[in-house]
Amino acid sequence: MPGSPLLLAVALDGGGHHPGAEATDPFDAGYWSRLATLAERGGIDLVTIEDTFGPPRRRDPVTARPDAALVAARVAPLTRNVGLLPVITTTHTEPFHVASITATLDHVSRGRAGWQPRVSVRPEEADLVGARRAPSADEAFAEAGEVVDVVRRLWDSWEDDAIVKDVATGRYVDRDKLHYVDFDAGSFTVKGPSIVPRPPQGQPVVAVLAHVPLADELAARAGDIVFVTPAAGGEAARLAEIRAAEQRVGRDGEPLRVVADLVVFLAGTASAAAARRDQLDERLGREWRTDADVFSGTAAELADRLVAGPEAGLDGWRLRPGEMVPDLAAIVDDAVPALRREPAEPGTLRSRLGLPRPASRYARSAP
Amino acid sequence: MNDGRPRKQVILAAHFPGVNNTTVWADPAAGSQIDFDSFEHLARAAERGCFDFFFLAEGLRLREQGGHIYDLDVVGRPDTMTVLAALAAVTTHLGLAGTLNATFHEPYELARQLATLDHLSGGRAAWNVVTSSDAFTGENFRRGGYLDHADRYERAGEVIRAAVRMWDADGGEFEHPGRHVDIRGRFAVPRSPQRHPVILQAGDSEPGRELAAASADAIFSRHSRPDAARAFFADVKGRLARYGREHDELKIIPATTFALGETAEEATERARHIRRQQVSPQTAILLLEQVWNRDLSAYDPDGPLPDIEPDVTSPSIIQGRARMYSDPIATAADWRRRAEARNLSIRDLVIEVTGRQTFIGTPTQVADAVDDFVQSDAADGVILIPHLTPTGIDDFVDQVVPLLQERGAVRSEYQTRTLREHLGLPPTNPAARDTAGSARA
Repeated sequence: MPGSPLLLAVALDGGGHHPGAEATDPFDAGYWSRLATLAERGGIDLVTIEDTFGPPRRRDPVTARPDAALVAARVAPLTRNVGLLPVITTTHTEPFHVASITATLDHVSRGRAGWQPRVSVRPEEADLVGARRAPSADEAFAEAGEVVDVVRRLWDSWEDDAIVKDVATGRYVDRDKLHYVDFDAGSFTVKGPSIVPRPPQGQPVVAVLAHVPLADELAARAGDIVFVTPAAGGEAARLAEIRAAEQRVGRDGEPLRVVADLVVFLAGTASAAAARRDQLDERLGREWRTDADVFSGTAAELADRLVAGPEAGLDGWRLRPGEMVPDLAAIVDDAVPALRREPAEPGTLRSRLGLPRPASRYARSAP
Repeated sequence: MNDGRPRKQVILAAHFPGVNNTTVWADPAAGSQIDFDSFEHLARAAERGCFDFFFLAEGLRLREQGGHIYDLDVVGRPDTMTVLAALAAVTTHLGLAGTLNATFHEPYELARQLATLDHLSGGRAAWNVVTSSDAFTGENFRRGGYLDHADRYERAGEVIRAAVRMWDADGGEFEHPGRHVDIRGRFAVPRSPQRHPVILQAGDSEPGRELAAASADAIFSRHSRPDAARAFFADVKGRLARYGREHDELKIIPATTFALGETAEEATERARHIRRQQVSPQTAILLLEQVWNRDLSAYDPDGPLPDIEPDVTSPSIIQGRARMYSDPIATAADWRRRAEARNLSIRDLVIEVTGRQTFIGTPTQVADAVDDFVQSDAADGVILIPHLTPTGIDDFVDQVVPLLQERGAVRSEYQTRTLREHLGLPPTNPAARDTAGSARA
């Protein structure tokens, strides 16, 4: 059926997802420009940009990261089609600022913005904002749901036609089309309306990385995309868990786009690809394990694996290049052509996901 | 006039048109206030003119008057840092300055954002520190309106000091145990090209001036009339010694406006036309209400001023911006006197009393005036606030800047890389490290 081609995402982080990958300078704008334009050249639908509120975690492949939302903004004018989803933390940040940042990213990218909410439960992150206690995972995920909810309301708080520029009456806006959100989450309140006019997509895309039922439910309640990490062959079972979570929270409307994460090491032969991974393990000094399944092989073998995704019910894949530049280049130059995908129509990220552009929930009569 | 000193370089900055009636949205040439194209156009024009920096203010709550969202001016704007990061992709030398409110941003977050922007722009980031304490804005934030008015500069000083401490940590551990900012941990951003992004300050009150003298690299001043500007310049520069700082370590850059014409008469007519656009009949009434503090919607903007007195007992009808008039009764009496003397309508009077353009004339006259303004120590440069988005500085860049370049007051091409270097500032701002908010005895 048309409208649901295989979705391809790439997760950008440091010099690659394997911590043994050669260090690159993640604060060099040129590096990010190169990655984003490379992904765009390959017709990748969206890139995610990794981040944490505080310093990277011990298991992360880097020891420092730039602010992901600003990286996304920095590459937006250099690209035209690829979706840009930075990680933005919900725990210690201001929901009002998160709404402004994401709406603005949607404006500067002309409708290609999304975000990946993340919670922060580490005490050292709480110390960065003062005497606040680090929340439990339950508390943090519950609050993340509230934050996504209020951010979505703020995106809707300007109706699409609120700016009227009516010279006769001197009115720049029709203030009846600006709405207070009056949101009370218990742990915070937001009055509204947003400071930023409605983003081009109406609702930028929200993606949640889920390993645990709490995160499944956050995705089901608040997300458009869920990133999952099944082992090879476990895709259908994981999908069933996501659908069950959707039922539990009573999700209606569009189902979650379920996208499986896959770490990739590519080479001309399967043994050469495996050897690349072994070399990185050697450099690291131990065998590297991660939350997602790891693929090493040829581009053609990867393409076979990817096209099998929809058979298991997946909407697509998020590829995590083992070594960023060589593996992203091989994905783009070798694996994607083997998929023989139809080039996507230019448009917003939502349209690439087959998601309609919603009217503001505050509009009195949806057009 | 300049005592044989070498000619000062005129600092030039371009302010993106804001959410007040300086910005004329009703002009047929006015473009979008939110599309990225508009920001890119203004930034590219500024860079073509070898400007020092682009400036973007911040909004945290839509303004209200009389309990309603104020709808006569531009409403809405983007997130500051997100736009500046995008502009870093389409410019190469232009400084990128933005306002981040020290009350409603976490110091850790703003320090990380500024350091990131400084990296991603190759050393072009600047932070305009503003403070507020109003509960009205606080309704959009976790903390609410938590700060006593008197404490806001104390907090701002601590926020600046904490930010500098994080930037000085070079990616390592830091600690700032303060009354307002009590934070610690690892600041996981390596040293950025400027190390200390440029710090701008806009406060005009006594504590605001003191904070700027203690810790800012530049002041975004509101004094653009030569006499007032010279007095302000002397006052603030005179405070620097107390903090062990040199005269040149703090730049004074007032907000200014301009109108150009091929002849002086044409420029004057153009200035008059812009002023009438800026003060629509509806705006005239609303601005008058800000003094009278009462509903004047029944009055005719083309008729005489109200004969009733301002309401000085009720709470202010405007929220989300500073109250402009400290003695409304006296202001009203003065305005009535001026209107009666020259038979001015409400609108004529408001046009007259709410300010005219700073620089009006032919390109040569404006170049002379800008240069004199700086060489006579009224300022170190100007922040131009155009009335039109996004083309408002195009004529200035194309007609006035070449004249300033001819006389050596503005660079003909960028010779330096970072904003600190463009501005002739020291490589870092050590004053902000320890003395923010408190003068050395």
